[in-house]
Order: sequence, then structure tokens, then C-alpha cells
Amino acid sequence: MTPVPRGPHAADGLGELLEQVTGFIFPNEIEIHWSLLIVVYPYVTGLVAGAFILASLVKVFNIKDVQPTYRLSLLTALAFLLVAPLPLLLHLGQPLRFYEILLTPNPTSAMAMFGFVYAWYLMGVLLLEIWFEYRHDLIVLGQRAQFPLSWIYRALSLFSKDMSEEALAFDRKAIRAITIIGIPSAFLLHGYVGFIFGSVKANPWWGSVLMPIVFLMSAIVSGIALVILLYMVLMGVRREPIDMACLDTITSYLFYAVLVDFSLEALDFVHRLYQSEESVKILGKLITHKLFMSLFVIQILLGMFIPLGILVLAKARRFNDDLRKLLYFTAVILIQLGIFATRWNVVIGGQLFSKSFRGLMTYKMEVMGIEGLAAALALLALPFVILAVMARFLPLRPLEASLTGTRPSS
Amino acid sequence: MNKREFLKGTILFFPAGGLLQALAGAAAGQESAAKPGAKKAYNAADHLYGMGIEIDKCIGCNRCAVACKAENDVPDEPFYFRTWVERYTITRDGDVSVENISLGPRKETVQDAREVVRTFFVPKLCNHCVNPPCVQVCPVNATFTTQDGAVIVDSQRCIGCRYCIQACPYGARYLHPKTKTADKCTFCYHRVVKGLQPACVEVCPTQARVFGDLKSKASRLVRFTRMNKIHVLKPQLNTEPKVYYAQLDGEVR
Repeated sequence: MTPVPRGPHAADGLGELLEQVTGFIFPNEIEIHWSLLIVVYPYVTGLVAGAFILASLVKVFNIKDVQPTYRLSLLTALAFLLVAPLPLLLHLGQPLRFYEILLTPNPTSAMAMFGFVYAWYLMGVLLLEIWFEYRHDLIVLGQRAQFPLSWIYRALSLFSKDMSEEALAFDRKAIRAITIIGIPSAFLLHGYVGFIFGSVKANPWWGSVLMPIVFLMSAIVSGIALVILLYMVLMGVRREPIDMACLDTITSYLFYAVLVDFSLEALDFVHRLYQSEESVKILGKLITHKLFMSLFVIQILLGMFIPLGILVLAKARRFNDDLRKLLYFTAVILIQLGIFATRWNVVIGGQLFSKSFRGLMTYKMEVMGIEGLAAALALLALPFVILAVMARFLPLRPLEASLTGTRPSS
Repeated sequence: MNKREFLKGTILFFPAGGLLQALAGAAAGQESAAKPGAKKAYNAADHLYGMGIEIDKCIGCNRCAVACKAENDVPDEPFYFRTWVERYTITRDGDVSVENISLGPRKETVQDAREVVRTFFVPKLCNHCVNPPCVQVCPVNATFTTQDGAVIVDSQRCIGCRYCIQACPYGARYLHPKTKTADKCTFCYHRVVKGLQPACVEVCPTQARVFGDLKSKASRLVRFTRMNKIHVLKPQLNTEPKVYYAQLDGEVR
């Protein structure tokens, strides 16, 4: 065995990793370049896309049952979208040069498109839709609130004052139009993240035409599950009743989304196995030696089979509301865990085997450090903080309805 | 020709030859590369560089990898290589064992020679592909192909996203621990433009590595590709490498 080197970088733990290698790897492959933060990135982007697609169900497909979560979905999408670039930024070797990607993008690089896809989605879709949705309420709040806050509301409403019926009708029309553009944009946002991985022909674990589609479906799953979770927690905190019709409807969408997601992943798996290309042996070793826990146990069993079972159980048996809530709650938490494991298995899994197809590497997660566990947890907590602030100042139900104390009928 | 004429001619020949040489040198002007200090107008468009590697000539001395690290300030640790040498041992039962001999001193595993079917060394480096996936994916154009065919990284521009490292099928790239930017073999571009050989080629004691200009019919590399059956690594990926291997075994990826 190679002796552990005693250079200045031995402390990085790379020397230690050298002893963990099984088989043969190319020497530069010992370092796992895309770390935990790059797991967080597609996870967070997926939540954005999923939450937005749930919100669009209300506006485009007129699904009234889902109305109570409409604004929550939009704000969730925004909170997570604001955080989405941070893991990428922190991960860069030269973070202060990030602007190069906007100033001199390479048109052939999938990654260079990030800034444009992101900016389009943030400003062309999400902020615009939220503004139209909240314009009326912001004007009302600007009139009601005390001095500093009233000005903030007015500034947020861009000093618009028109509350005539025509203006409100235009708001509704605009929201519908934006949502119609927004759905393909959300698909683009996350399908694009899948493309970053799926287009790497050097890596057989990533290089698959199904990758963007799988990313998209799992994004929808995670986004819907997250909004359900947030809705239940929020109602609990505010001591407001949970709209069970809404919950039942969303969870059935969740059920079908998980089913489609699972089918796609199964197709991918069977296809690889059946085609049995040059890389099949090393990928087999990868999933049995390195990803057994995160793939078979967490992603498939805990993240898909058990939640599917729970959802079937909750639908098939006519349980009372409280038990259904408990079952739904358990299912969505397991699904979040499963989707995070999905991202892990793609990002980290794709870097644990050598491109010589002859050996496996090991990823050792940092705990502190800029790419460590603590940073990842902070980044995952940040959107919830942003969301809490937004939910504090922006009403989650249209204002008139909450004033009269009735739940919105639509 | 009588004796007298011959001697006269000989006496005149040498100074005249010297004069002619001086005149030719002057006519070539700045182009004469041999003159130290003289500025050479190097035209990248006139060249296209590649490398040939003759597997059967490599004795696994590892001098190329050592010279490369010294020449290019590659960190000493065994996680960073611009070039390295692999040793393949294939036994009778079809078992293939591969070792990177550039990783440093290691215990020799005693093997029954009768069991070994074939064994050989394979020097590896960046393939300076014609269709480089690393250049395709770089978001900021920090890695690019020069006109004369070398794929290099501008460390002043690289943002350290490491997409290129992921995209390289040959493991030829690493993140330099000091600059935090991507780093890789440049064919010793700083030497090549001065008319010198890359460091690894210069030190190879068996001339297993052949460097040359694909645009010059007289180059050693063109001769190498004419005299040998040639193969490249992972041709199915359509990267079109410009590192050409002679006597390459199918086990090598």
C-alpha cells in the first residue's frame, strides 16, 4: 500500500482516502469534487420547481381544492429560489469570480446557462406572479399598517394604487398568463439541472437522456411534499384548522407523482441492466458497495415504498382526520428524506467510481468547513427562515376572506 | 579536375560556406530559433501538436511523471498528476490488475511469472482532444484549445466549478490546491512554443514518447503514426484524442 503522504495537504484527508480506494482509480480521481453542497443545490432547485407546479394547478387547471396552499406554494418557491445559487457560489474554488459566468458565458456550456435560466425564472416568472397575486393586498396593507411598515408595503406594491375591478381582473389575467409561461419555465429550471448531469458522457452513472425527466419528476414529488409539510406545520403553529379536502387532494397528486417518479427510475435501472454496457460491472459494485444504504434503503424503501404504502392505506381506509393527518405527515417527511437521498445518489454516487471502471473511491464528508455538513444544514435552514419572515408580513390568504373570518370557498 | 584546382576550390569553399551560412541566417532574420535572445515569430496556426506513445518501449521508470511535476509546479502529493504511468498485469485466468506506479514506492507483489500472460506500462496524460468535453462544458471559457492544438486552462479566469474535471473521461484534470483552479497537462506549452520538447518527452530514456507537429510531414510524430498501428483511448466517446498509442492493449481505458 502507498504510504500516507506527509505533505501540507495530508491534512485534507486525501491521504486517508487513498487507503479507502478499492481497485484501480486514476490518480486525480481521489478527490471528490462535487461535495455535499452540490447535493443541496439540485435538492433546493427541485423544491422550487415542485412548489411552483403545485401552485400552477390552482391557476391553470382550476383545481379549487388546492387553493389554500396557493400562496404558500409561491412563497415557498421564492424562498428556496433565493437560496438556490448559494451552494453553488460557496462551492466555487474562486467564488469572487462568479460574475464571469454572467459576463463571458461559454455558449456551449450547460452550466453557463444557469444565470440566465435562474434570472428568467426569478424575475420573469416567480416575482412577477407573486407581485400580481399580492398587489391588491399590498395596497390594502400599505393603507392599514403603521409608518415604517406602510412604506415598505407601498414600495413592494411599486406604489400602485388602482383597486378598481378592471385592475383586479387584469391581475387575475396576468397571473394566469404568467403561470402558463411559468410551467414550462419550472420544467426548464429543473430539467436543466438534470441536463448538467445527464449530458456528461464521461460518466455513465450520469450520462442518461432520462436524467432531466427523472430530476423533474422527483422535483415535483419533493415540492408537493414540502408544501404539504409546511401547510400542516403552519396551520398547527397558527392554531388554524387544516383544510382536509385540500390535504386529501394534494396527497393524491403526491401519490401519482411518486408513482411516476418511481416508474421512471425503475425504467432507468432496468434499461441500464438490460443494455449491460461496459460500465455495468462497476455500477453494480457502486450500488451494492457504496450506495446500498442511500439507494436501496433510504431512497427506494423509506423514500418511495413506505410512503406509497402509507398513502394507499390512508386513501383506502376511511380513517378519521387526525389519523390521516398523522399518516400524511409521516409520508411527506419520508419522501423528503428519499428525495434528498436521490440527489445524494446522483451527485456523490457519480463520483465514487473511477472512469477507468476498475475501482471505487470514498467520500468523506466534512463537518465544519465551507463545504461541510454545517454549511449544508445552514443552507437548508435558510429558506425556512426567509419563508417565516415572508409569511409574517404577507398574508397567506386573500385579505377579505381572512377579515370576515371565513375560509375562502374557492 | 587537377590537384591545383581542387586545392583552390577547397580553400575557397570553407570561407564561402561560412559566408553563405551567415547570409542565410540573416535572411531568415527573426525566425532563427537557434539564436538565444532573438525574438521568434511563432505562428500557432502553422502547427498542430500531438503525442505518440509506444507502449512496448516504456520501461516504467517514471521519469516522465517526475520531470512533469518539477517542470510544471505540480504539487508533490500523489493526488495531483498531469502525467502518470500505469502498469497492467494480465494473468492466465483473465484477471487484470492495474497499478499506478507514479504514486510512489510500493511493495512489490510477487507473482508467479508462469501465470502472467502479458504485462506492460501505459503512460497517461491529457489527450488534448480535438473535441474536448472539458472545453465544451467550461462555463467561462477558462479552458480552451489553442490554435496549435493544446488544451489549456487560464488560471486567472477559471472559477473553480470543476465541471471540466467531471467531464474529462480520462481523469486528466485536478483542482490545484493552491490556486483553487483546474489544472492539467499543457503539452508543456511554454516549452513547445520555444521549439523545445515537453519535459516528459525530453527525459524519456527509451523514446517511448514522441512529440511532434501533425501539420509537418517531416515531424517525428507523423512518422510515428505512419510506422505504427495506432489506437486512442475511449474512441467511442468521440473525443478524438491527439495522444496516439502504438501497441495499445484492449484492457486499457
